[in-house]
Amino acid sequence: MIQQYILDIIYIVGAFSFIFGIKLLGKPESAKKGNFIAAVGMALAVFGTIFLYKGENEMHLKNLEWIFGGLIIGSVIGTMMAKRVQMTQMPQMVSFFNGMGGACAALISLVEYHHVMAVDSIDVMPVMETGKAIVIYLGLIIGSISFAGSMLAYLKLDEKIKDKVLPFQQVFNIGLMVVILGIAACSIFGWVAIPNSLYILLAISLLYGVLFVMPIGGADMPVVISLLNSFTGVAAAFGGFLYDNKVMLFGGILVGSAGTLLTVLMCKAMNRSLVNVLIGNFGGGAKKGEARAITGTIKEITKTDAASLMKYSKKVVIVPGYGLAVAQAQHICHELEQQLEANDVEVKYAIHPVAGRMPGHMNVLLAESNVAYEKLMEMDEINPEFKSTDVVLVVGANDVVNPAAKNDPASPIYGMPILNVEEATTIIVMKRSMKAGYAGIENELFYNNKTRMLFGDAKKSLTELVAELKNV
Amino acid sequence: MDQVLEFISLHQNMIYLVALMIFLGIELIEKVPSVLHTPLMSGANAIHGVVIIGAIIIMGQADDIFAKILGFIAVILGTLNVVGGFVVTDRMLDMFKKKKK
Repeated sequence: MIQQYILDIIYIVGAFSFIFGIKLLGKPESAKKGNFIAAVGMALAVFGTIFLYKGENEMHLKNLEWIFGGLIIGSVIGTMMAKRVQMTQMPQMVSFFNGMGGACAALISLVEYHHVMAVDSIDVMPVMETGKAIVIYLGLIIGSISFAGSMLAYLKLDEKIKDKVLPFQQVFNIGLMVVILGIAACSIFGWVAIPNSLYILLAISLLYGVLFVMPIGGADMPVVISLLNSFTGVAAAFGGFLYDNKVMLFGGILVGSAGTLLTVLMCKAMNRSLVNVLIGNFGGGAKKGEARAITGTIKEITKTDAASLMKYSKKVVIVPGYGLAVAQAQHICHELEQQLEANDVEVKYAIHPVAGRMPGHMNVLLAESNVAYEKLMEMDEINPEFKSTDVVLVVGANDVVNPAAKNDPASPIYGMPILNVEEATTIIVMKRSMKAGYAGIENELFYNNKTRMLFGDAKKSLTELVAELKNV
Repeated sequence: MDQVLEFISLHQNMIYLVALMIFLGIELIEKVPSVLHTPLMSGANAIHGVVIIGAIIIMGQADDIFAKILGFIAVILGTLNVVGGFVVTDRMLDMFKKKKK
């Protein structure tokens, strides 16, 4: 009995470590500590379960060699993946790990269902307590949607799979959801006997997960990942119900609700509703043709001119985008900033809330290259400053500086808050080519009279700019 | 339907907990600066890896080969979620720390 008490206390400590962990993760100074505390709590809960947990038959857990084997294999692979991943690939990494959690939840439901079936040895309809059935079925459905969706999001962000919208996709998805809920309800309440209903649900849920993420455009992927993250949290919470395990319930619900709020916050940053993100096909190309045609000419600038223009400015604002991250140009960008400051130019960075691929992603990338924290300005802080800015240097950003968001109601990004770079005296846009941005729409900023284009790879161009700055 | 009502009555403590946790989760996140959204999402991602406890329990109670194989896979995937999640979050946060010097 004493062992059970100890395990209960361990679970309490674990649950509180999650709360403190998330709390501390919310502040830059304490974030690392928060992550560590949550990890320690998790380790306690895991090892406590292995050695102290007793099932209904008062037996300790067996198969310890299998458990430890799994833990070791998972830890080695997980650590290697997490250590190797480039900071630019962070969003897909999070999505991948999230998918693993979802799959784990789905497998738990499968095995528990199998137990019930084996006991009752009826292959049509297991006589299950309704409560337990709800938990098993929903755990499986949510877990497998989260798994399939996350894996597809991972592949899409890794650019292994392109966006695709099938005809009547939304109608089909809604229909599929109705089928899933229908089969689940029939089986849970025993209205209609469906043989092997759980396996059928597994297949349909996996398909639904894929179809759910398939049409959603790349720019909206962070929102989807965050949403799937909270799905997995809910799936974990169902596990908590299944085993009457409060630490699972705590962790799962906490992530489920925090994740949902995070999703809403991300949508707010783009001035869109969640429903709009999920069915709006933003960036899916559906509305591409409707956007206003743009007239004007592109004006290029040489690196020498760009360098001297910046050198004799008072204030330069750098707008980094995903292009900067792809080119791995964060470090050289920091060097450019130092070069300019050596010439008494005030340099700041304007960070759009969705710069990069996730909120805060760009901050992580720039922090990696030692850019000072105070120089990273959020959108609301920097927008009033553009009027007094001499040169804005846009590096690999596109949609977040597209004025169409303000003045073209036909544009798919209309209404999204953007950085008002066109208020500055001169705008230099570094871009690889005239290709449209991630949302797949033209940008009239490039045709503005004050805009000068500097074509080429961001890293190469920045390196040459730094060299020019040293010369002039 | 009776069974559902009974289930709710039986698990009312859990249901109170769920309701409180939902509010707590919202409160905890609400005032976080957007700079930290990515690490926070990643940290939360690691925390829902707590589902691994369920995987350990099914592995530890598995008798037949079906449960053993699925349980084993579940333990591996759950560990990937937990360990990978925490390590990746730690790496991200390392970068915030460096610039403080």
